[in-house]
Amino acid sequence: MASIDYPLEHPKAEALTPEFSFSESLYKWVATVDHKRLGLMYVVSALVFLVIAGIMASVIRMQLAFPLNHVVGPDTFNRLFTMHGTTMVFLVGMPMVAGFSVYLIPLMIGTRDMAFPRLNAFGFWIFLLGGCLLYFSYIGGGGLSGDGSAPDVGWFAYAPLTEKAFSRGAATDYWALGVLLSGVGSIVTALNVIATTFCMRCPGMTLSRMPMFVWVMLIDAWLVLVALPPLSAAQIMLELDRHLGANFFDTQAGGSAVLWQHLFWIFGHPEVYILIFPAFAILSEVIPVFSRKPLFGRPAMVGAVTAIGFISLGVWAHHMFAIGMTSWSNTFFAASSMLVGVPTGIKIFNWTATMYGGKLRMQTPLLFCIAFLLQFLVAGLTGIMLAVAPFDWQLHDSYFVVAHFHFTLVGGLVFGLFAGMYYWFPKVSGKMLDEKLGKWHFWLFCIGFNMTFLTLHFAGFLGMPRRIYTYYPGRGWDAINLIASLGVIPQAAGILCFVWNIIRSSLRGIPAGDDPWDAWTLEWATTSPPPEYNFEKLPVVRSSRPLWDLKHPQDPDWKYE
Amino acid sequence: MFAHALNAYLQVQVPGVAERRITDIFKPMGTPGYAEREAALFTIGVTAVIFVVVAGLIVYTVWRFRRRPSDDSAQEPPQVYGSNQIEAAWTIIPILIVFVLIGVSARVIAGVENASPPPKALKVRLIGHQWWWEVQYPDYGIVTANEIHVPATPDGQRATYLELTSVDVIHSFWIPELAGKTDLIPNRVNYAWIDPRVPGVYVGNCAEYCGTQHAQMLLRVIADTPENFKTWTEQQQRPAENDPQVSDARNVFGSLACVNCHDIRGTPSVGKFGPDLTHLMSRRTLAAGVLVNDTKNLRAWVDDPQKAKPGCLMPSMKLNDQQLEQVVSYLQSLK
Amino acid sequence: MAQDNVIAADALQMEREWKLPDRGTIGVIFLIITETALFTMFVAADLIYIGKSLTGPYPKDVLEMPIIATVCLLSSSGTIVFAEHALRRNDLGKFKIWWLVTILLGLYFLYATGAEWHKLIYEDHLTIATNLFGTTFYSLVGLHASHVVVGMTFLLIVFITTIFGFPIQTQERRVKFLSWYWHFVDWVWVIVFTVVYILPLKVF
Repeated sequence: MASIDYPLEHPKAEALTPEFSFSESLYKWVATVDHKRLGLMYVVSALVFLVIAGIMASVIRMQLAFPLNHVVGPDTFNRLFTMHGTTMVFLVGMPMVAGFSVYLIPLMIGTRDMAFPRLNAFGFWIFLLGGCLLYFSYIGGGGLSGDGSAPDVGWFAYAPLTEKAFSRGAATDYWALGVLLSGVGSIVTALNVIATTFCMRCPGMTLSRMPMFVWVMLIDAWLVLVALPPLSAAQIMLELDRHLGANFFDTQAGGSAVLWQHLFWIFGHPEVYILIFPAFAILSEVIPVFSRKPLFGRPAMVGAVTAIGFISLGVWAHHMFAIGMTSWSNTFFAASSMLVGVPTGIKIFNWTATMYGGKLRMQTPLLFCIAFLLQFLVAGLTGIMLAVAPFDWQLHDSYFVVAHFHFTLVGGLVFGLFAGMYYWFPKVSGKMLDEKLGKWHFWLFCIGFNMTFLTLHFAGFLGMPRRIYTYYPGRGWDAINLIASLGVIPQAAGILCFVWNIIRSSLRGIPAGDDPWDAWTLEWATTSPPPEYNFEKLPVVRSSRPLWDLKHPQDPDWKYE
Repeated sequence: MFAHALNAYLQVQVPGVAERRITDIFKPMGTPGYAEREAALFTIGVTAVIFVVVAGLIVYTVWRFRRRPSDDSAQEPPQVYGSNQIEAAWTIIPILIVFVLIGVSARVIAGVENASPPPKALKVRLIGHQWWWEVQYPDYGIVTANEIHVPATPDGQRATYLELTSVDVIHSFWIPELAGKTDLIPNRVNYAWIDPRVPGVYVGNCAEYCGTQHAQMLLRVIADTPENFKTWTEQQQRPAENDPQVSDARNVFGSLACVNCHDIRGTPSVGKFGPDLTHLMSRRTLAAGVLVNDTKNLRAWVDDPQKAKPGCLMPSMKLNDQQLEQVVSYLQSLK
Repeated sequence: MAQDNVIAADALQMEREWKLPDRGTIGVIFLIITETALFTMFVAADLIYIGKSLTGPYPKDVLEMPIIATVCLLSSSGTIVFAEHALRRNDLGKFKIWWLVTILLGLYFLYATGAEWHKLIYEDHLTIATNLFGTTFYSLVGLHASHVVVGMTFLLIVFITTIFGFPIQTQERRVKFLSWYWHFVDWVWVIVFTVVYILPLKVF
C-alpha cells in the first residue's frame, strides 16, 4: 500500500541564524544531509576540478602551439591529457549532474529533501574520495615508464595498454579505483533522484506537470543507473587482470582487446548523454523564462528526451568503426547513431520555437543559451558526419573528433551550466551576479572557445591524429595549432571574470529576493536562499507553471494543458 | 638534436620521389579514399544545408524577438504551448534525411569493407609494435620496417591488400590520402586495402594511442612505378650485404647485444624484437619515420635512442666512440 | 473570490487523495535494475569466452553441476516467503524458524561454493589466472557469491536482532525489501548456473 514517507516537517525555524563557531560550522557542512548544502558542495567541487583540468588543457595547448615544442615531454603530456579527460568527465561533469539534480529537484517538485538524504551525503563523499584517490596518483602512482605519477593511459584506458605488461606502475590502478568509487557515488545519487521524483512530488504534480528540468534529470538518472555498471564491470575486470592474473583482456591467453572497448563504450556513449542532459534541463528552464513564453511542445520534449534515453543505449560501437567489425555491424551502428540525432534535433527546434514570438531578455543566462544552440547545432552536425562510418574511417582518432566532442561538452554542456549558474546563483546565495561581468565572461569565453575548437576541425581534415605530444612541421598543422592555442587566453580570461564575479557578488552583490527573474517554477516560491525546510507549507499545484497560475489568475496554465 | 632533426626533416627529398607531407583527406589518391571522400562530401553538403537553415532560424529569431529598450515590460507575449503539425514536420523530415544518409553509408561501407582481393593483388602483412611498424611480404620473403613499398597503378589494377595485427597493444594504420584507418589489434587480424594511383611517398601517423611514443610512430607508403617496385623487391630479397671492407665492423657488431633484438638476414643476428636491419640503408628514415637516414642521425640514434625518442624500447648500449664508429659503418654497409 | 474557494477546495481534495509510490519500493526496484546491468556485463564476457581457452583445464574436465547447492538456494526463496507470511500474521515463532531455515540454506550454498573452489584450486589447479575459463568462472560465480554474502549479512542482522527481542513486526516493510533483494540474488543464480554450468557442459 503506497504511503508518503516524508521526513518530519521542521517547526518554523528561527528567523535569524545564531552565531556558530568555526568548528561547528565545519561540522554542519561535513555532516550535512541537506540536499541544498550537498548540491552546493557538488557544484563547488566540480568548479575547482574544472579550473585544475583547465590548467592542464592550457599546458597541452602550450605544448602543441608549435611543432617539435619542448614545454613538456611525452610522458608528462600523456599524463596531462589522461588526467584532463578523466577529470573533466568524472570530476566536473558527473558532480555537476549530481549537484544540479539534488539541489533543484526537491525544490522544483515541492518537497523538503531527497528521498534518501543520508544516501545523498554518502554519494557526495564517495565521489570526492574517488577524485582525491585519482589525484593521489601524482604522489603514489607509477606510469607507463616508471616512477610516481598520474595515469597516462588516456581517459578511456584501452586494453591491453592498461594491462600490467604495458602499464607497470600503480597509476592505472589509481585511475580504475578512483573512477570506480566516484561511479558508485553517481549510481546511488541516480537511485536517489529516481526515488525522489517518483515518490515525493507535491500534491497535484503529476508526472506530466513536472518541470522539464526534472524530467530530463530523471531520464539522466536512468541512464546513469544502466550505463555506469558496465564501466564498473570493466574496471573490476581490469583490476582482476592486473592483480590476480585474470585474462579478460590478455591477448596472449586468448582474451580480447576489443572486449574492453565494447564494455567501455556501452558505458561511454550513454555517458556523453548523461553529461549533456543538465544543459538540456537548464535550457528548458531558462529559455522559457527569458522569452516570457512556455516551453514549446512539452510532450514532444518529454518524448524526445525519453527517446534519447533509450536509443543512446544502442549506438556505442560508433566509437569502434575502425576495429574491423563486419559491414553489417558498422551499418547498424551508423544507422542508430544517426537516428539518435533526430530527437536531439527536435529539442533544438523546440527551444528555438520557444524563443520565437517571445520577448527575449538578452541577459547573461540567455546569451549562454543562444550560444549553446548554435554550438550544439554544429556539434550535432559534426556528430552526423562521424556517424557516417566511411567518413569516420578518416576522421576517427583525429582532431576532428576532439573538436566535435569539445563542441558538445564545452560549447554545449559548459555553456549550459554557465547559463544555469547565472540563473540560479541568486536563489542559492540570495545575491545577483553582476550582469556586466557576466557579459564579459560570455564574450571572452565564447570567442576563445570558437578560436580553439572551430579551427581544430581542420586539423582533423588534414590528417592530424589525437593524443600526440608533438608533430612535425610541413604537415599543414602549424597555423591551425597556433590559433587554437591562442584561443586559450580569452577562455582563461572569461573564467577569471566568472570566478571574480562569484566572489564579488557573494560578498557585495545586489540582494535578489525570492523571484528576481519573474519565473514560474516552485523554487522561486520560497526565499533566496531557501530555508532548510524549503517551504513553510508544501504547495499544491494544478499545472506545470504554478507561479504563472498565481501571477495570472485570469489566464492560468491549467486551462490550456 | 631536435633542431638538427627538424632541419634534416625538411630536407627529406630523395631525388625523383616527392614526399606528400600535406595529408588532406579531401585529396585522396586511391579508391578507398575516393569512396570515403564521396560519402564525406555528400554528408557535408547535407549538414551544411541543415546548418544554414537552422542556424539562420535561430539567429533570425534572436534578432527579431529580442526585447527592445522601448518595450514596456508588463505585457507578456502570447503564450503558445506547441503545435502538433510542426512537431510532426520536424520529426519526419530529419528521419527522411537520416534514411538517405544511412543508405549512402551502407553502400560505401560494403564497397570498401567487402571488397575481396583480386588475384594480382600484392599481399603485405603489417604488424604493430611499440613504436614501429613491421612490414612483411609473405609472397616475396621480405621483411622490413616502417616503410611499405607498393606499386602505383594509374587505374588501380594492382592493389595492395594488408593484413593487420599487433604484438603488443592496439595501433592504427592510417595513410589519409590513400584510405581511412584500420586498427592493428593483438590476437586479431584485420584487413585493409590501398591502391595509390600516383607514385610518391605517402605519410601517415599511428592513429591509436599506444603509449609514450605514439606521436613518433610514423609510417610511409612509398608508391613506386611497377619497374621501380620490381627493382626494390629484388634488392630486398637478397641477404645482407657482405662488404669485406667492413668485416671488422661486422665482428664488432656481432659481439654486441644488438644481435639479440635485430634480424639481419644471412648473418647470426636473428633477433625479432626490433626492426629488421637487413637493408637498413634502403630506407629513407630511421626510428619509425622520425629521423632522416643519414650518417649524423644514425650515429646519434645508435648512441642514444632516448634523445630522439624518449621512452622508446631501444636502450642506449653505452658504446665507446670506437665501437660506435664500427657499428655505424657496418650498418651503413647494409644497402 | 469564488474562484479562489474552488481552487482552495480542489487543493484540499488533491492533498487528501494524493498517492505516490513508496520510496523504498522504487529504491529496491531500481537497485535491482542497476545490479542487473552489472551482472549482464560479466555474463556477456562469460558467453563470448565459452570454448575460447587456449589451454586446460576445461569445464568438461573439472566442473560438476552443483545441484544440491542450487536446490538449497532456490528453496531459500521459498522459505523467506513463508517467513514473511508468518510475520504478517504476527507469528514471531514461525517467522524465526523460517528465517533461520533461509539463512541455513544460504549458508550451505556458500559452503558448497567454497568447497567447490577449494577442489578446483587445489586438486584441478584451476585459478582465475589459469585460462579464460578460470577467469570467467571465478569472476562471475564470485560476483554472485559476494551478493549472497551481502544478503546473508542482512539476513543475519535481522535474525540476531529479532532473537534479542527487537520488534521486527514494526519493520515489515524493510523485511519485504530485503526479501526482494534475496529473490534477485537467488534468481540471478539461475542465469549464472545456466551460463557457467549448463552451456559449457551440456550444450557446447
